[in-house]
Amino acid sequence: MAMKVYGNGMSVCVARVLLCLHEKETEFELVPVDLFACHHKLPSFLSMNPFGQVPVLQDDDLTLFESRAITAYIAEKHKDKGTDLTRHADAKEAAIVKLWSEVESHHFNPAISAVIHQLIVVPLQGKTPDAAIVEENLEKLGKVLDVYEEKLGKTKYLAGDSYTLADLHHVPYTYYFMKTCHAGLVNDRPKVKAWWEDLCSRPAFLKVSPGLTVAPATN
Amino acid sequence: MVVKLYGQVTAACPQRVLLCLLEKEIEFEIIHIDLDTLEQKRPEHLLRQPFGQVPAIEDGDFKLFESRAIARYYATKYADQGTNLLGKSLEHRAIVDQWADVEVGYFNVLVHPLVMNLVIKPRLGEECDAVLVEELKVKLGVVLDIYENQLASNRFLAGDEFTMADLTHMPAMGYLMRTNINRIVKDRVNMNRWWEEVTARPAWKKLMKMAGF
Repeated sequence: MAMKVYGNGMSVCVARVLLCLHEKETEFELVPVDLFACHHKLPSFLSMNPFGQVPVLQDDDLTLFESRAITAYIAEKHKDKGTDLTRHADAKEAAIVKLWSEVESHHFNPAISAVIHQLIVVPLQGKTPDAAIVEENLEKLGKVLDVYEEKLGKTKYLAGDSYTLADLHHVPYTYYFMKTCHAGLVNDRPKVKAWWEDLCSRPAFLKVSPGLTVAPATN
Repeated sequence: MVVKLYGQVTAACPQRVLLCLLEKEIEFEIIHIDLDTLEQKRPEHLLRQPFGQVPAIEDGDFKLFESRAIARYYATKYADQGTNLLGKSLEHRAIVDQWADVEVGYFNVLVHPLVMNLVIKPRLGEECDAVLVEELKVKLGVVLDIYENQLASNRFLAGDEFTMADLTHMPAMGYLMRTNINRIVKDRVNMNRWWEEVTARPAWKKLMKMAGF
């Protein structure tokens, strides 16, 4: 039976999982969850993810939440096909992939998600973005991208010379970010820009990006 | 050769790695990086950790930072030695990863600013943001209700055995339990049971002794 992913293609965390499934050439079924109707807060959904968020993965009798735990599981289960996303054959290389995945989770994600929340989610709720929060997080994001600019001067991708989960996890939020008026943060850093353009050229990206459809506010 | 850990033994992220090394019975050496004098921001340390934080490790000529990546590396490298922290099957490992990721996105994101305001700021003579503390307590209560429910039908977070999912919570939880809001855990029966059990482990006791707590 094909794996089921509960969620919608426009969600950043769902897109993270979909990118992984496409890179691993794994069949799956996407089961939409109506977030506007709060279906993710119903008992039937909470029994799958008690935190009431998407995505959720079902693979036979395994139910899993947390997008990065899901991508790690898919990459490990199908390690012998598709793109090698974890460099599993070498413990040290696998650790470096994990390191830069942690960097995405702890340094990149908090800053970029705060910006996207203000510029995309808040207007959808009928409110005005908080400019101070945007500015504070753009500054933090800039410092993280400075570290990336230096790293990408030494290696083609974040964890070495091949594309891994460490790069993949960045894609959905960056895609939305590049649609805001702050795309210069990436475009003004030549190595980061080249890395981003490379990530966008991958076939898996071209399959997932049409689903990332929420439009940003123009400020 | 002994693993060199650059960090401060009282800080939560180095403790995460130290606890893993102790559980796995791996020898290590701590090279003190003094956070009070901002040694972690100096050029020499930035070469080890470009974000200016602790810990970082050197193991021969292999270098790594990010405490959770370091812990995972050693748990994998020494899978057959000491406590099995990763889980027994692919599916069990995925559940361990899931609850370890919950620590990042739901637990640490609230406990870190709580500890900063309740413990670190007073130590530095700065004012605690009382309004923020109240807000964070409410949010943490909601999250801990989910943990309470998980621990009602599981001995540990990811099932019947102690794993990385439990270990990764312990350093920050240790700080939380030393604040005046520790009732948020103690008043939850299963969380309290879990905390008593994980802190009775010899590796934790050794770590607390090393840290002078």
